[in-house]
Amino acid sequence: MSRYRKILQKVFASLLFIALVSFNNNSFAADGEALFKANCASCHKPLEDYTGPKLQGAREREPNPEWAIKWVNNVNTMLETDTYAKGLLAKYGAKMTQFNLKEDEIKSILDYADAYKAPVPTTGGPAGAPAEDNSLLFGILTLVLAVIALILLQVNSSLRKLSDQKDGILRSEPVPFYRNKSYIMMGILVLFCLGGYITINAAIGLGRMKNYQPEQPIYYSHKVHAGTNQISCLYCHGGSQDSKHANIPSVNVCMNCHMAIKEYKGDVIIKEDGQQLNGTAEIQKLYQYAGWNPDAKKYDKPGKPIEWVKIHNLPDHVYFNHSQHVKVGKQQCQTCHGPIQEMPEVYQFAELSMGWCVNCHRESKVNFYNKESGEGNKFYSIYEKFHKDIKEGKMDSVTVEKIGGTECQKCHY
Amino acid sequence: MSNKKYWQNFGELNDSDAFKKAAKDEFKEDLLPLEDLDDGLLNAKTPRRDFLKYLGFSTAAATIAASCEMPVRKAVPYLHKPDDLIPGVANYYASTYVNEGDITPVIVKQRDGRPIKIEGNEASVITNGGTSAQVQASVLDLYDTTRLRYPMQSDGKDFKEVTSFDAFDKLIATAMTGTGGKPTVLLTSTITSPSTLQIITDFLAKNPTGSRHIQYDAVSYSGMILANQASYGKKALPSYHFENAKVIVSLNADFLGTWLSPVEFAAQYSKTRKIAGEKPTMSRHIQFEGALSLTGSNADDRYIHKPSETGAIALSILSKLGGAVTAPAISDAALNKGIDATVAALKGSMGAGLVVCGSNDVNIQIIVNAINEAIGANGKTINWGVTSNYRQGIDADVVKLVEDMNAGNVGALLVYETNPAYTYYDSKKFIAGLKKVPVTISFNGTMNETTELCKFSIPAHHWLESWGDAEPKAGYICLQQPTINPLFKTRAFETSLLKWSGSTSDYETYFKTYWIGKLATTDNFDKALQEGILQPAAIAVGGATYNNASLADAASKASAVKGGTYEIAIYQKVSIGSGKQANNPWLQETPDPISKVTWDNYAIMCPALAKTILGLDVVGSQYQGDGYEVHPEKPTVKVTVNGKSLELAVLILPGIHPNVIAVALGYGRESTDKSKSIENIGRSATGAGVNAYPFVGFDGTGFSYNATAEIAKTGNTYPLGQTQVHGSSESRPVIYEASLASFVANPERVLEEPNTEREKLIPFGGKEYEKDATIYPQFDRPGIKWGMSIDLSTCTGCSACVVACTAENNVSVVGKTQVMKAHEMHWLRIDRYFTGDMSNPDVVFQPMMCQHCDNAPCENVCPVAATNHSSEGLNQMTYNRCIGTRYCANNCPFKVRRFNWLDFNGSDSFPDNQQPLIGGDLNEVTNQMNDDLTRMVLNPDVTVRSRGVIEKCSFCVQRLQESKLVAKKAEDPSLVRNVKTACMQACPTHAISFGNVNDKESDVYKIRFVDQKHRNFYVLEQLHVLPNVSYLAKIKNSDRHVTNEKEEVSEGEGKIEGVKKEEKEHA
Repeated sequence: MSRYRKILQKVFASLLFIALVSFNNNSFAADGEALFKANCASCHKPLEDYTGPKLQGAREREPNPEWAIKWVNNVNTMLETDTYAKGLLAKYGAKMTQFNLKEDEIKSILDYADAYKAPVPTTGGPAGAPAEDNSLLFGILTLVLAVIALILLQVNSSLRKLSDQKDGILRSEPVPFYRNKSYIMMGILVLFCLGGYITINAAIGLGRMKNYQPEQPIYYSHKVHAGTNQISCLYCHGGSQDSKHANIPSVNVCMNCHMAIKEYKGDVIIKEDGQQLNGTAEIQKLYQYAGWNPDAKKYDKPGKPIEWVKIHNLPDHVYFNHSQHVKVGKQQCQTCHGPIQEMPEVYQFAELSMGWCVNCHRESKVNFYNKESGEGNKFYSIYEKFHKDIKEGKMDSVTVEKIGGTECQKCHY
Repeated sequence: MSNKKYWQNFGELNDSDAFKKAAKDEFKEDLLPLEDLDDGLLNAKTPRRDFLKYLGFSTAAATIAASCEMPVRKAVPYLHKPDDLIPGVANYYASTYVNEGDITPVIVKQRDGRPIKIEGNEASVITNGGTSAQVQASVLDLYDTTRLRYPMQSDGKDFKEVTSFDAFDKLIATAMTGTGGKPTVLLTSTITSPSTLQIITDFLAKNPTGSRHIQYDAVSYSGMILANQASYGKKALPSYHFENAKVIVSLNADFLGTWLSPVEFAAQYSKTRKIAGEKPTMSRHIQFEGALSLTGSNADDRYIHKPSETGAIALSILSKLGGAVTAPAISDAALNKGIDATVAALKGSMGAGLVVCGSNDVNIQIIVNAINEAIGANGKTINWGVTSNYRQGIDADVVKLVEDMNAGNVGALLVYETNPAYTYYDSKKFIAGLKKVPVTISFNGTMNETTELCKFSIPAHHWLESWGDAEPKAGYICLQQPTINPLFKTRAFETSLLKWSGSTSDYETYFKTYWIGKLATTDNFDKALQEGILQPAAIAVGGATYNNASLADAASKASAVKGGTYEIAIYQKVSIGSGKQANNPWLQETPDPISKVTWDNYAIMCPALAKTILGLDVVGSQYQGDGYEVHPEKPTVKVTVNGKSLELAVLILPGIHPNVIAVALGYGRESTDKSKSIENIGRSATGAGVNAYPFVGFDGTGFSYNATAEIAKTGNTYPLGQTQVHGSSESRPVIYEASLASFVANPERVLEEPNTEREKLIPFGGKEYEKDATIYPQFDRPGIKWGMSIDLSTCTGCSACVVACTAENNVSVVGKTQVMKAHEMHWLRIDRYFTGDMSNPDVVFQPMMCQHCDNAPCENVCPVAATNHSSEGLNQMTYNRCIGTRYCANNCPFKVRRFNWLDFNGSDSFPDNQQPLIGGDLNEVTNQMNDDLTRMVLNPDVTVRSRGVIEKCSFCVQRLQESKLVAKKAEDPSLVRNVKTACMQACPTHAISFGNVNDKESDVYKIRFVDQKHRNFYVLEQLHVLPNVSYLAKIKNSDRHVTNEKEEVSEGEGKIEGVKKEEKEHA
């Protein structure tokens, strides 16, 4: 027995080791992917040249494997001294943004790029049956049942009439159902409730603009940028980390990439009106605004800002801060803006009503501080009472509402 | 109970009928005539059916209007976003407020490219982050609609735009050839900028001989400068160190309000007034003055005299200190007693005394110098090691210039930052002279009285658009950097001079080269610019050699001064000052700390004089008192000084000498062509008060601000917009005071009364009121509980906080007619209470804002829950929920809630809708504030309130939210301690503390429960509203009895004490 136990122990230990190693590897790769998407994806692709060169095999192309690590954090100085760097600038025309990344972070990005394989296109095969909508079925069922109930009632009254006749009981001529007071009363009540429901809903909906999808001066597709090309939302909407406004990027941010990307070569885009979109023409519109001459590769005309149509409008008496939700609340953009990476042209996904805000504040949990483990946002260490309650098991988590997130003056001042 | 009465007006003092009625009615408006409807609703003017029709129609109309297409809004991002700007995040830049020699280092809050708020620069050792009302309001001047928008040339009648600066330079070059070799004179206010002075010197060198730079101060200090030349051989002003003084004696110097550098002095003064430690010490402040000034109202002991007696008092003090002078006899016994007490106090703290004097008479200042020498102030509290540059004008030079101008001896006059056509004592003569000068150029940024008369106008930038520097004291440099691109086609004054002296560079380049040259490297310059100041590491304190020679002559001249029966004291108001910022609605609407009057100047006189001249007995006769106080219409008098007469409204106030009237400068701004006043001078300045500068005299060496006056009754009336007593505490005790001696002897005595009261109520309310005695549940404050503490000892009443609050919270300006209806909107007011002797009362200032009561009476009367409580202890006001019943305002014991009676902001009306209201209910100034330009000053984080809603202090909730966000992002709760409300940041004496009371490390917690627990009280605590604002009892360093109780303890009170003692023993 003891031998078996030893073997078992060994097997278990090695399994544990393998698991740990593979877990570690996984986490590295995942880090590389996250870092790549956050920092690099707006200008680099793993497999093909983009605004900058493809990253796969970068270390083999470069003078030495350590070159990239030096380069990423010293772009400005190396551009003046290093010949390979000068060559890159000449080839791609745009200077790379200087970063401040750790050595292992850069390595993990490059590892990710080297290991990257083009995703297998999911053509053919069942793309998952669309979720069935049962409401119509239920509606028809209800209607059929109601008709049956009505018929049964009529049958019932006819049968009673027959039995009365048989028994010789004399009754007055029955009132037809459309003159029957109970039926009329019932009908009025149903109509009143239905009418009231519709009116109130319509009144509440006044001024709300869910699904608002205006035509924009440039047909800008979030699907192409955030979906297909995986550009981090924060690359363009950096304000959402620092400011109350997420901020539409200025034209120079667009030009960071579009200096190099002159034409659209991706999948066919069908516009909302059914026509096919000419992506390259939209990029040309951007050049018009920027005053960029793509042939001469320089700004030779005065630019003008783009007048986008604002989609998400909050009333003036509402204070909303993006950075509060993104940085502190760690909310994903999609929570409020919906599947933005799948929208060709953006529409308003959420209702943006007060009830909608308050509901989320009631349900969302804050990143509460755990005094024992030190996890969570240390700011919340001041909430002594909640710590006590959690410890005593009176509550298991702290919602935004608990720290005052549904009070008037959190949003109205 | 407290027997010492604190009162705000004579009605409260006498408990008159009108006062009682006013206290009973929350609002001054008449109620709806509901009794007319008694004969049945159908017969009423609006019967039920009509009402239903209207209701139906308006509901349908509103529905249709609201459901119409939503407007398409645009979002326009930058073409190239500047690196250092994130839309929605405020940037802060260090700069310097410079206005006629007043210099305050500041931090400018800039949001999306617009400066919207001024804060004090806490790194400055001069101001310690303090500001004044004028500094706070100056951001609004940037968006003044009367600012000049381009360079202009006058054709004798109208100004025509000159299309470019080059064309303008050519015009000037041509014009200058016509001066016939006569000298060019630069007339400016005091300039302390080293680089500008260098440019002026270079410019004058290129002009004909005799060209000179004359500095002209609207309110002059040349008497002091000349006296210092005589006594110390230095034609300058020293630095004062009030913080080192144990005894401060002021002869008519309003050093906390308007004298020289009030922000600096208030900061120093407050250091000696803070109560700290086991055996606290304080400075002793003695004030001699004619009228009641802001400084006098803060004094420990105050003596009143005629302005003509200032010299005699100074001489008397000097002779009693052992000076070799003979003082003329003073007949007033109280005054003599005061002089003796002063001399005793000064003798008791040799080397730690300071005497300052507000007189512009060189002889009196020489005597004051001798006094300071005798008490050893030279080199201790008066620092000649670092001279001050705040004011440099010499009056005789200006008078000589006007003579020269009239004689045709001036070829060109260049006017910058000064307005002599308004401020000069003999403005007619100045104007006549100006017309004889061939070339007159104004650099003033607005079309003021002087600019109107010049031939050329090339407006300079506002200080928020400028590069620049200032040297308030020798070696202390403050730097300016632009915080916005110039709004209009303006050019720096210095650039113009550079161009006209043949240089090609502009001032920006010159300025940078100048300072990089001095600071060695660009990095040093950038760092200095970032901090806004360059100051020596340690303050060099040194004396100057004193010279006694001029004293005898000065003494004989000062003794020879004869007074009249009635005298006038000309003073400056804390808000308006010399009148340069008179077109600033925030300043105009700020109530004067003493008189509480807005939008006007007037003749202040004491009740006794009013009885003599007007036959109006406001103290003795309740009927006459009410008649005077209830109506805004005040009787007027004709005041004649030096043959010039003005008709002024009479404001009756205690504390002014019975034979003295006081009139403020800075009012009565007016264009030469009166019909153009609104356009040129501005909507706020026009019609506000009368110009008192003609009352200023010239005695051969300097301007004098007091004179013999004749006063005659006219029979006319003039309305004044006075804010007190709009919110009255109905004579309930809201203030506690003690003298320093009694406080040191027994610190608990000062709050004995409220503490005893509280103990007496324990059987009825329990110890913890919220838990034991209300039907409401007890609410938790699990995280933060905000609280504020205000020290009545150090609050000087300067009103910087009032303007700061207005700027931060988009508080509406309502105008004079609305103030008269008690419709002012200030979230923070400073209540002024008189107490004690009627002829010379003590004054207490109490800043009063929403107290954020935890058991708030306003909250449970709101029918729509528009005002309710937050878990952080804030009393929240939700504007979009408010329906305007005003129950809350009615139920607020502190009277701090404000109702938007009219659409002051134009926020809920179409532009054309507001216009017809102007002239009726709304004031012209509403148009000024609602201009697209002026609206740029609004704080985008604070809602602009619409008509029909209540508003009130929010504890600057936008700042609290921001600070919490910063702390959450950094995951560090201690960062919340850095939060400052607008009023707290503006305060030059740091009288206001704010923070999280749940945090035992916060200032507020320490003040309330540790350091100052003996002085900590809550206003109207007995109402059990549980305020979140606490006050610290005022301590006065006086031998007089200043506690709340009467001097003789009556038997009844003795008994209460006995009972209490027994209880204590029992416990």
